[in-house]
Amino acid sequence: MNTLLFFAGLKEAIGTDEVRLAAAGMTLGEVKEKVRSEYSLDQVNNCMMAVNEEFAPEDTTITEGDTIAFIPPVSGG
Amino acid sequence: MEKRCWITSEPLEIEEVTKRVIRREAGAVNTFIGTVREFTKGKRTLYLQYETYKEMAEKKLEQIAKEMERQWPSAEVVIAHRIGRLEITDIAVIIAVSTPHRNDSYEASRYAIERIKKIVPIWKKEHWEDGEEWIGDQKEVKPGVPLKEEVK
Repeated sequence: MNTLLFFAGLKEAIGTDEVRLAAAGMTLGEVKEKVRSEYSLDQVNNCMMAVNEEFAPEDTTITEGDTIAFIPPVSGG
Repeated sequence: MEKRCWITSEPLEIEEVTKRVIRREAGAVNTFIGTVREFTKGKRTLYLQYETYKEMAEKKLEQIAKEMERQWPSAEVVIAHRIGRLEITDIAVIIAVSTPHRNDSYEASRYAIERIKKIVPIWKKEHWEDGEEWIGDQKEVKPGVPLKEEVK
């Protein structure tokens, strides 16, 4: 299984900060598209993606146990 | 060793952060303090709510500190960012940089805050008199696609 993490506005739109999904074998881009269509949320498109706490490109293949984070535009400082 | 980059929900103490970079080799200590502003383009902020992906955010702050060391090898860096509810004038971030000479300390400090605003997963929600909104100003980044340098 894999854990998907959501933050900030995306977390509020989805209604939870964490979703479990069997995503092993999928690419990061496919996971993103799945979430976008499942929740009808175009704001997913503005997110950067991270795997295991590092930014990762969308062609990254997910392996069992990976934690996938949706990172909306950041605004620290 | 104590962490030199951290995220906390406690109030930040300027003295506590800056004293960690003061040392015999340094002739300059630059402290950047980011605070909560009341008015933005005429709109009044009541307070801010900061949220983070803490594990990743601390890693990214540490990455920025390493980048600074590569560019300014003599620099000593400490970065602290606060999360949770912050009131007007509260300190959100402190960046302390010490270097032998002043020019490097200014440049390195500026570099740190610009990088924080691009790659560190921290978000703020503005609470105004008439509403609220998550702010995001990752303008330099193409939506959804991390820059090459962001991907390890």
